Amino acid sequence: MDLHLTSDSATDAEKSAVNGELGKPVSAWEGGQRAAQGDGHVAIRGSPPRDSLLPVLHAVNSRIGWISRGAMNYIALRMNLPPAEIFGVASFYAMFSLEPRPPVVLHVCDDIACMPRGAQALCSAMEKLFGPAGSQDSSGRATWLRSPCLGLCERAPAALLSAAGEVHGERVLAPATSESIQSSLNEAANGHSLGMPDTSQSRTSVPQSGSPQLRLLRRIGHVDPSSADDYTKLGGYQALRKAIDIGPETIVREVIESKLLGRGGAAFPTGKKWEALLQQRGVGRTHYVICNADESEPGTFKDRVVMEGDPFAVLEGMTIAAVAVGAQKGYIYIRGEYPQATLRIENAIKFARAKGFLGAAILGSKYNFDIELRRGAGAYICGEETALFNSIEGYRGEPRNKPPFPTQAGLFRLPTVVNNVETLINIPEIILNGGAAYARIGSANSSGYRLFCLSGHVARPGVYEVAFGATLRSLIELAGGVSGTGKLQAILLGGAAGAFVSPKELDTPLTFEGTRAIGATLGSGVVMLFDDSVDIRQVLVRITEFFREETCGQCVPCRVGTLRQAELLHRLVARKPLGSVAQEIILLKEMAQAMRDASICGLGQTASSALLSAMDRWSLFS
Amino acid sequence: MILLWGSNARETHPIFFHHLLKGVRRGAKLFVIDPRRTSSAQWADTWLGLDVGSDISLANAMGREIIAAGLANTDFIKHSTSHFDEYKACVEKYTLDRAERETGVPGEIIRQTAHTYAKANRAELCWTLGITEHHNAVDNVVALINLALLCGHVGRYGSGINPLRGQNNVQGGGDMGAIPDRFPGFQHVENNDIRAKFEKAWGCKIDPQKGWHVSDMFKAMENGELTALYVLGENPADSEADRHHALKLLIGLKFMVAQDLFYTNTAQLADVVLPAAAGWCESEGTVTNSERRVQRVRKAVPLPEGVRDDTQILYDLARLLGQDWGESDPETIWNELRQLSPMHGGMSYERLEKLGGIQWPCYDESHPGEIYLHGRLWSDPLIGPRAPFSPVEFEPPVDQLDKDFPIRLTTGRRLDSYNTGVQTGRYSSPLRHKEAIDLSPEDGERYHLREGEKVRISSRRGSVIAPVRFDPGLRPGLAFLTMHFHDQVSTNDLTIDAVDPKSGTAEFKATAIRIEKLQEA
Repeated sequence: MDLHLTSDSATDAEKSAVNGELGKPVSAWEGGQRAAQGDGHVAIRGSPPRDSLLPVLHAVNSRIGWISRGAMNYIALRMNLPPAEIFGVASFYAMFSLEPRPPVVLHVCDDIACMPRGAQALCSAMEKLFGPAGSQDSSGRATWLRSPCLGLCERAPAALLSAAGEVHGERVLAPATSESIQSSLNEAANGHSLGMPDTSQSRTSVPQSGSPQLRLLRRIGHVDPSSADDYTKLGGYQALRKAIDIGPETIVREVIESKLLGRGGAAFPTGKKWEALLQQRGVGRTHYVICNADESEPGTFKDRVVMEGDPFAVLEGMTIAAVAVGAQKGYIYIRGEYPQATLRIENAIKFARAKGFLGAAILGSKYNFDIELRRGAGAYICGEETALFNSIEGYRGEPRNKPPFPTQAGLFRLPTVVNNVETLINIPEIILNGGAAYARIGSANSSGYRLFCLSGHVARPGVYEVAFGATLRSLIELAGGVSGTGKLQAILLGGAAGAFVSPKELDTPLTFEGTRAIGATLGSGVVMLFDDSVDIRQVLVRITEFFREETCGQCVPCRVGTLRQAELLHRLVARKPLGSVAQEIILLKEMAQAMRDASICGLGQTASSALLSAMDRWSLFS
Repeated sequence: MILLWGSNARETHPIFFHHLLKGVRRGAKLFVIDPRRTSSAQWADTWLGLDVGSDISLANAMGREIIAAGLANTDFIKHSTSHFDEYKACVEKYTLDRAERETGVPGEIIRQTAHTYAKANRAELCWTLGITEHHNAVDNVVALINLALLCGHVGRYGSGINPLRGQNNVQGGGDMGAIPDRFPGFQHVENNDIRAKFEKAWGCKIDPQKGWHVSDMFKAMENGELTALYVLGENPADSEADRHHALKLLIGLKFMVAQDLFYTNTAQLADVVLPAAAGWCESEGTVTNSERRVQRVRKAVPLPEGVRDDTQILYDLARLLGQDWGESDPETIWNELRQLSPMHGGMSYERLEKLGGIQWPCYDESHPGEIYLHGRLWSDPLIGPRAPFSPVEFEPPVDQLDKDFPIRLTTGRRLDSYNTGVQTGRYSSPLRHKEAIDLSPEDGERYHLREGEKVRISSRRGSVIAPVRFDPGLRPGLAFLTMHFHDQVSTNDLTIDAVDPKSGTAEFKATAIRIEKLQEA
C-alpha cells in the first residue's frame, strides 16, 4: 500500500531485531538498501503475514527495551502495514513501551495476592531505591514499575526482572526481597545474562506433591520437565496412542460422556466444543486448536505451575484435541509474564517434534499436528478467547462480538477450539479411563478433578488438586489453615472477576453448582484468604483499579463503567460520597447492571462482581 | 487477478480503486505495469517498471510465454477468434531476453506475470492513458486485447478488458457520436444506409465524409483549411502537445467560439464566449460510465444568471441559423436517440430510473442490458463474427533519447488535480503542492540538485523552469511532470505532437528532455 511514514528511521539494532523475526529485506521497497536499477524496474511484495506483528514487536521491545517510531516505520515497510496500525497494536500491550525506557525493567507485583504478603513493603523499598514507580536508577540502565498479578502468588511477594539486549534476560523473583532484587539488578546492570531458576520450586508450588491420590499433578516435581523420555516413562503419551486408535468420534464421545467443563472460568462443556468442529469435517476449512495459557486472573497460577512442571501433559492433551477435531495446527497463547513456563513449553515442543509426538504423521498415524507458541504482552483481556484470536492475528486484542462463536469463526475466522491448560490435562485421564468413569468422580454436575490456587493468608499456599465436592473448609485445612493473625476475615473465590465469601460460608462445596448457590463462582480456581488485619476496602480499590487498567476500551459500558466504578469506590473510601453512601451504592448497582447487560465480553460483565459481593456481605462504608 | 496497465488508478480513479481494493483484500492478486512505482503500484503484489513506450514488447513477450508454456486457452481461441497463427508468428520474435532488453523488466518477472495472468480463474485487464497517450496508441491497446483473447479473459464474469474512463461521461460522449466518424450508438458516418436513416429523421443532407479529430483540425488550421472553431468544454490552449505551436494556430483563427463553465485560457482567445451550465447539477440528462451504464442526471440547482444549458445554447443557435427545433427538452432528445441508436432502444427514462441505470446494448424495453459486452464470444454456436487477433510490433517513442536529451519525461495526473486544472485549479487542496519535476534521488545527486531547487527543463520543442522534487518511485533517467498548473510549469511546451494516426492521440507520455542547473543568484 502507499505508506506515509514519518521521517524517523530505525537504528541498526532495531532493524536487526525485526530482521531476526522476518529475515532480511529483499529490496529497497521493504526497507533494504536501494539498488536504483533493480528496484527501479521491479517491486515484489513479499510481506510477511499480519500475524507476525506481535512477535516482531516482542523482538524489538526485548532487544531495545522499547519501540521507537523509527522501529515502527521500519516494521511498516517490512510488513506493508500503515504505521498507525502498528502503533495501535504496540500501544495496546502493557509490556511494550513506546517511550524511551531503560533496558532493565523491574516489575513488582502490588496486586491483591501479594498485598497480604509484603508487597507494600517491597514497593516502599523500591521507592527508596529508585524513587516513585517509573523512575530510573542513577545509571539510567534500570527502572521499576508496579505490576498487576504476576501469577506467582504461592511465593508472594513477587517481582519479574527483564533485561533487554542482544540476549534478552528474564528472571522471576519470588519470594522477592529487597536484597534479592538488588543483587539481580546489579547482575543485569553489569550486562550479565539472567539465568533461569531451578525446577525444585515445582514441589514447593504443589504442597500435595508425592500424594498417591494426585492425578493431574502427580508428575509435577517428579518428572524432568525438559525430557520427553521421562514423561513417557511416567505414563505420558499412552493416552495419545489410545486416542489415535479409537479415532475422533470415539474421543469426542468420551469427552462428552465425561461431562468435563472448561476450567478457564466459563465452565462450558468441552465435548460440545469439540463436537461442533467434528461435525464440520469435510467442509474443507482449516481447523485450529488453541491452548489458552494467558493466565492473567489475579490470584491464578495453576496453569503456570502445570506448564513449568509437566509441559508435555499440556501438549498431549492438545494433540488429542487436534486428532479429535481435525486440526493440523495449534497455538499455545502464553502469558507474556511467564518466562519460565515459556521456556519449558518451547523446549517441550522441540522435543515432542523430535520424538514424533508432533509434526507430520504423529506416532506413525495419519494425523499431522504441530504447535506454535505465541507470547502475550501484558493484556488481561487477551485471555478472552476472541481477543486472543485478534492478538494472535496481529490486531489489537479487543474481543469480538459473538456470534459467530469460535467453533464457527474463530482464529483467522476459521473453526477453532479454545481450551484452557487445566482442561487439556484432564483429557488424557478421560481417554485412558473412559468418560463414564471420569463422570463418576466429583459431584453430579461437576465431574472430575479441580485445581485450586490457594494464596494470601494461608499456611501452605500453592496449587491443590481435589475431586469436585470438597468444601472450602476442607480445602483450607488441606493447606494448613489460616496464617497471619489466624483469624479469617474473607475469602476471594474465582479471582478479581469472582466473588468474596465470608467465613460463615466455609461449608460450601467447591462445585460449579455449590458456589453458584451462594452467588459466587469457581472462576479460575482462585481461593485467596485474608485475615482480619487486612483492610478489605483497599483490596477492593486494587481490584477496581485493575479493571480500570485492563478494560480494552472498545465498548462504552466497560470503558466508562470501570472508570466510574473505581472513582466511586475512591470516594467511598475517602468518605466523600456524592450524596449519601446509599445513593452511591444505588449508582454502583446501576452501573454494574449496565456493564453486565451491555459489555461485549466477560471483562465488563464481571468487573463489579467482587465489589458487589463484598458490599453484600459486609457493611464496609457505613 | 487484476492487471493494471499504464494506470495510476489510486490517484486518477480513486473511487474505482476503492472497489479494486475490495478485491485485493479478498485475495485478488494485483499486478501494476507502469514506468513509475506509483501509489497504485505500491499496492501491487508485483510492480513491473517498464521503460516508457515499451508496452508492446512486454505484451508480446507475455503472449509468447503463455503460448510456449501451453497456457493459452486453445478451446476459446479455436471457437471464438481468428488470425491466431499470424499472432503466434509475430510474438515468436519477442523472447523474454528481448523483452528484458527493451522494457528493462527482468525476464523472470515477465514470465511470472504471464503465467499468473494465464492461470487466473478470473483476470481483469485495466488500462488508461499510459497505454493510449502514445504515437502507437491503438497498437498498444490491440496488444493487450490479444493477451485477453489468448487466455479467454474476456466476456466472462470477473474477466475482461477495461479502459478506465477519465470522467463520469467520457463514454457517454462517444455513445452520443462526439467522434468524427460516428453517429450516436457508434454507427459509422460513411455507411450509406445509416446515413440515410439519420438524413430521413433529421430532414437534411449529411456530409458523407467523416470529420476531423482534434489533431486533424490543428493540421487543417496549419494548412488554412480550418479558419473557424467552436470549442465546447475543452481547453486546447493548455492541453495540446507542443503547446507553443498550438497556441499560434488558435490565435491565427479568423473566428472562435468557446462554450465553457470557466473563463479558460482558450476562452480568453475566443471572439465569443458562451457560459454553459454544469452538467452534473444544473442540467437534466444522462451520463454513461466506464461499465457502459447509462444513468440519469438531474438538475439540482437553478442556473446562474446569464448561463444556459448546453442543449439550450445549441437550440438557440439553430433558431438563429434559421432552423427551429422547438423546445429543448432532455427527454424528447433522448427519445429521438432511442429511435436512431438501436443499442439505446430499450432505455426509457422510466426504466433508467427504475433499474438504477442500464448497461448498453439494450435493444428494447424487455432487454435488461448486458453486464459484459463480449459474452457472445462464449455462446455455442458462436453468435456474430470471430474476434480477431491483431499482430502488432514494438516501436519506440518518437522523441528518442540522445546525449543532448538523455532523460525520459513522462506525464500524468495527481490525486488532487484534473488535467489542465480548469475544474480543480481554483479549489484549494490540502494535498496539493506547487508543481515540480519529479526526479530519481540518483539523478538529483548526478546533477548536484537540492530538493526544491529550480532547474531548466528543455526538450527539442521548448523549455520551462520548475523546482525539483525527488521520488524514489523513479529510476535514474526517468522524470515526471503533470499538466495541472500551466501557469507554474507549462508542461506542454515540452511535449511532442507525434500523433497516433488511428486515434489522433498525441504522445504525451514520452518526451526526451535534459535538465540544467540554473546559476545560483
